[in-house]
Amino acid sequence: MSSAAWLLPAIPFAAALLGALPACRTRPRAAAIALTGATTTALVALLLLPSALDDPTRVRLDRLLIAPAGALQVLAGTRFDSLAAVVAVMVGVVALAVQVYSVGYLHDDLRYPSYAAQVSLFTSAMLLVVVASDLLELLVGWEVMGLCSYLLIGHYRELDYARRAAVKAFLVTRIGDVGMLLGVAVLGTAAGTTDIGELLAAVPRLPHGALVAGSLLLLLGVAGKSAQFPLHVWLPDAMAGPTPISALIHAATMVAAGVYLVARLHPLFLASTVTLDVLALMAAVTMLLGALAAFAQDDLKRLLAWSTTSQLAYMLGALAAGGYDAGLLHLMVHASAKALLFLAAGLVLHAVHTGALSQMRGVARRMPVAALALIVGGLTLAGLPPFAGAWSKDSVLAAMKSAAGGSGPGPDQFEGVLLYLAGLATVLITAAYVARLLLILLAPPAPRGDLHEPRLSMAQSVTALTVTCGVSTFLALPDALPSWLPAPAGAREGIELSVGGVTLTAIGVLAVFAALWLYSHAGARDPVLLLGSSQRRLRSGFGVDALYDRGAVRPTRSVAAAVAETDASAINHAVEGIGRSAVRTSSSLRVVGAGRVRSYLAALIAGVLLVVVSVAVVV
Amino acid sequence: MHLAVPLVAGALLFGLGIYGVLARKNAVLVLMAVELMLNAVNLNLIAFGAYLRDRFRTGEVTTLFVVTIAAAEVGVGLAIVLLLYRRRESVDLDRATELREEAA
Repeated sequence: MSSAAWLLPAIPFAAALLGALPACRTRPRAAAIALTGATTTALVALLLLPSALDDPTRVRLDRLLIAPAGALQVLAGTRFDSLAAVVAVMVGVVALAVQVYSVGYLHDDLRYPSYAAQVSLFTSAMLLVVVASDLLELLVGWEVMGLCSYLLIGHYRELDYARRAAVKAFLVTRIGDVGMLLGVAVLGTAAGTTDIGELLAAVPRLPHGALVAGSLLLLLGVAGKSAQFPLHVWLPDAMAGPTPISALIHAATMVAAGVYLVARLHPLFLASTVTLDVLALMAAVTMLLGALAAFAQDDLKRLLAWSTTSQLAYMLGALAAGGYDAGLLHLMVHASAKALLFLAAGLVLHAVHTGALSQMRGVARRMPVAALALIVGGLTLAGLPPFAGAWSKDSVLAAMKSAAGGSGPGPDQFEGVLLYLAGLATVLITAAYVARLLLILLAPPAPRGDLHEPRLSMAQSVTALTVTCGVSTFLALPDALPSWLPAPAGAREGIELSVGGVTLTAIGVLAVFAALWLYSHAGARDPVLLLGSSQRRLRSGFGVDALYDRGAVRPTRSVAAAVAETDASAINHAVEGIGRSAVRTSSSLRVVGAGRVRSYLAALIAGVLLVVVSVAVVV
Repeated sequence: MHLAVPLVAGALLFGLGIYGVLARKNAVLVLMAVELMLNAVNLNLIAFGAYLRDRFRTGEVTTLFVVTIAAAEVGVGLAIVLLLYRRRESVDLDRATELREEAA
């Protein structure tokens, strides 16, 4: 049976193509095309949702194109099930909010038309990843996303640090993509197919070595895209792009792709304990590192970026612990909260023209829309009941707890315990940095002077997302969800709440109030100052960047310089020498052909005589 | 008559032509030397035609062609020489070097 799933990537792709036409490069036309594309996409995703949820176990497959590639048959098509339907809605809605918001945010930007087309292409690539039925097809969307993130992070290309951030994001995710490509190759050759359904069916038959190697290599790609340690370094720098892009990258596209891939191939990952161990360790390290770094940030957007890194680790940790539903629920909840937070942060940045938290004191008191959005988004992020974040985070912790107990699928118990402890600690730190953010932005007194009023489209999309985020509370209520997403065989089904999680959320609340008390009593000092000299270390993300700079970037640069030097001195000189010697030889030979007709004729006659004589001699 | 007589005469005429082309500077004389070479060939053609008693008179017919073409060629050649003389007041071939590339 044919489904309309192929429309999901096709519509934004068409919008991107149209937007790239020279005739459509005026601002109103570009905005109209981008908004129409985004609205239609979101509508199609919403229309496809009910039928997919009616029978959540059904998988609709459509083969649109069959390409023989040697021994492999590549069946490009769509694979649409409840997982794809739910994620597609998430992508569609966030992309629409971002497009609406961008109309106002980039009001004075001359490059808005190409920007809007790139956002459409970005959405299209993510939706291709979502509906792809074949790993190679998925890889196409995956790579196009890498390109779009490069273009959009580097949108302010006249700024040096934006260009550098774009190149960094591209290179770091590329390291992961190489692993991804190799992983697809390993699994494809071992299973004889790259079709996702057939590959998952073939998991029990796969040789153990290929399974472990393939899933570990895929994991490298996931770490690159979803900004997990050790490839997390690009995400904080990616804040150099426009704020709506940060919302898009952090909520709907790019980083969600890694989590989606793990969920898509969950049985494959569950079949390899080694991979789960690595994933659990990676997630444990990343969630702590990200949360600590977020706490110490001095820049609003970087704070949110580090927080994303840490929350993504929650999702991957839940998936590593076998908690399929828990991980995906957190993906949805986090997407709505983070998109909201970034767009609200954009309002604040638009108003005060700086990203520094120290200059934002009390700004939100004069911006009711942004303040409400920040409170709803922040409390969802911190996981305070009754916001949706509490349920999702709690179910994540429940999954980790069972893994730590050594029951059911998941990593070895040691890694499980580590993951659970990291998860618990991160709840606290998350509550702390959210409290710090809200305190700084909401603390009295409100600043005087002019604040830039947000444009209408920005306020509209922030309000809409605030409502969405609030509504998600009810959708995510423990009993409402389990039937949404049937977990694949072997994973933990459904959402369960853990007592430990609830207790800790309560402790999180306490941490919020403690911070509040400290903030108001300690001469209204920023709580981060309590960290003293370790603040700088935390802020730089424990110096991972500096380490990479010393360990990888500088050696590569010096090798590149040596290569360039060799090229200039050895190879270039050799080539030029050949050229010069040819010129010299030819100029000594040209004497013969200098245009003296008589000498030509003499040579001709001599040659004829020579031929005649030699023929006579031979015959 | 022995075949060698016209052949030797032709060879002598041809050698004379080559000498004229290589050694002479006057364009008219070079043209005449070219004519000598052509007629040396004609002589050979007729001699072999008679010697082989060719039914179709190929030698003689070809000679007629050569004579015709030689007349045309001399017409063109003399026209060029005439133009050369009008422009330069001289028909010295060694000095007609405008189209030659600059000496290195």
